[in-house]
Amino acid sequence: MIIVTRNLLHAVLLLILSFVGIAGVFITLSADFVAVVQVLVYAGAIAVLMIFAVMLTPASGRRNEGNILQLPALVLSALLIAGVSYIVVQTDWREAARGPFQTTAADIGDALVQPFALPFEIASVLLVVALIGAIVLVRED
Amino acid sequence: MLASWYDFRDFGNAVGRLVEALRDAGASDHIIYPVTALIGCLGVLVFVGGATLINIWLERRVIGRMQSRLGPNRYGPFGLLQPVADAIKLIQKEALTPRAADAIVFTIAPVVIFVPAILAFAVFPWGKEMVLADLNVGVLYLLALGSTSAIIVFMAGYASNNKYALLGSMRVVAMLISYEVPSVLAILGVTTFAGSMSLRDIVEFQRTHWVFLLFLQPLALLIFLIGSTVELNRSPSDIAEAESEIIAGYHIEYSGMKFGMFYAVELVNSLGVSGIIAALFLGGWWTFGLEKFVPGWMLFIGKMYAVYFLFIWFRGTLPRFRIDQLMAFAWKFLLPLAIVNFFAAALEVLIWREYEISAGIVLPIFAVVNFALAGALIAGWGRVMFQQFQRFPRRARLVSGIEVPELPYPAAPHPATEPVA
Repeated sequence: MIIVTRNLLHAVLLLILSFVGIAGVFITLSADFVAVVQVLVYAGAIAVLMIFAVMLTPASGRRNEGNILQLPALVLSALLIAGVSYIVVQTDWREAARGPFQTTAADIGDALVQPFALPFEIASVLLVVALIGAIVLVRED
Repeated sequence: MLASWYDFRDFGNAVGRLVEALRDAGASDHIIYPVTALIGCLGVLVFVGGATLINIWLERRVIGRMQSRLGPNRYGPFGLLQPVADAIKLIQKEALTPRAADAIVFTIAPVVIFVPAILAFAVFPWGKEMVLADLNVGVLYLLALGSTSAIIVFMAGYASNNKYALLGSMRVVAMLISYEVPSVLAILGVTTFAGSMSLRDIVEFQRTHWVFLLFLQPLALLIFLIGSTVELNRSPSDIAEAESEIIAGYHIEYSGMKFGMFYAVELVNSLGVSGIIAALFLGGWWTFGLEKFVPGWMLFIGKMYAVYFLFIWFRGTLPRFRIDQLMAFAWKFLLPLAIVNFFAAALEVLIWREYEISAGIVLPIFAVVNFALAGALIAGWGRVMFQQFQRFPRRARLVSGIEVPELPYPAAPHPATEPVA
């Protein structure tokens, strides 16, 4: 639906729906923290970013035009759908039988300050740089 | 040991007994989990539905009192049936769809806007055993729900194909994005103290240490309260539907029950945020031993309505902000305060855990320190920022190379730029 619809804004809205769906997949994988962060970051923040990007695009550029990659994309997505369907059929979905899942938030927090402290800090420095860069770009003088 | 099923001090007992009975009857987990979940959902939905009807009456009545009016008083005793009459009237009205509107999105928006509003009620700690979904990431879940509502409001505004609606929804999105940051940082202080993001554990923390988190995190409560009036889009921050500027904002094109949905969801959201504050800062179902005599869920609902009354009070008495004031307030005032507050909370918890001081000694000290810090920060930072707020807002240049046409007449000097005598 995201790629079929001609209206770019409908595509963004459907993409948000699929983000929420991915959060559901994370929940079935017992990753509660990642699931909620998925909704918070993707469905909450990234979606707003994309909507603003669409709104700042001229109306003529908002139609989903066809191009030469249509056929390869079709084949590729058909393969992907086949793969996902195979996995869906093969998976044991009986979540309730496995009992309540463990909390992952504390472990993720530990991992961020112990083994992955450096990448975490680098990511935050990168974000600060991006923030300052954005402010510099839109400054008046 | 579970109490008997008719022990309505905690509806969790009844459901617990039902699970036992079903298990004894040989039902598998495939039946037990859906049945209990459905009962819980039904309970939440009944509460939300009933509360919305009462809130309509309460809000109009209380604001009426505050503004020296009577408020609705025709239908039923004290006008209690007014919400029912309103609903019947709204259902009878024609639900118009503008010809230029994006019909599907236009129709979906008022329906899906209820989803995050009602989902928030799932994690509330109504009682000791009375938690529908005890998520380990409950606080984060509530924040995630709050952030999704921006998209839905935007859907409504965009699909209406009306410039006022689009302006209103853009304002909502900008406000939600801005005020989310200080609100999240404020709540982070609470979770740092409680050491958990589960609402049940946060209430448990307040119970074991015999303290409301309100006393430990006064500044966080203030920031969250202000942030949530903005996220709820209520006066004094209801610039998204400021009648004097953009008529009715994002729901300008909605009529009949579609408008009714937007009207109702605002009340549901207000109650939801009141519930969050009641659980995080006011101890949820626990109230200094009073919960032994009064059912916990009654106390929780009582606290919820106490906070809700505060929101009505804000609405009834405070004038509306201007959009640049509101934005400046978030980024220049609340955000630094929230960061300092979170830093102080983290430091205090570190001292507490590191030196293993008993909670009885350290928590009163922290409470005093945090109250002093809150007062000093608000007074000090307010003085620092005061001159900044007086400045005439300069327009940000988003796109270069666009000429602004000269006004045909000489522009009058803005009053703010004139020297103060």
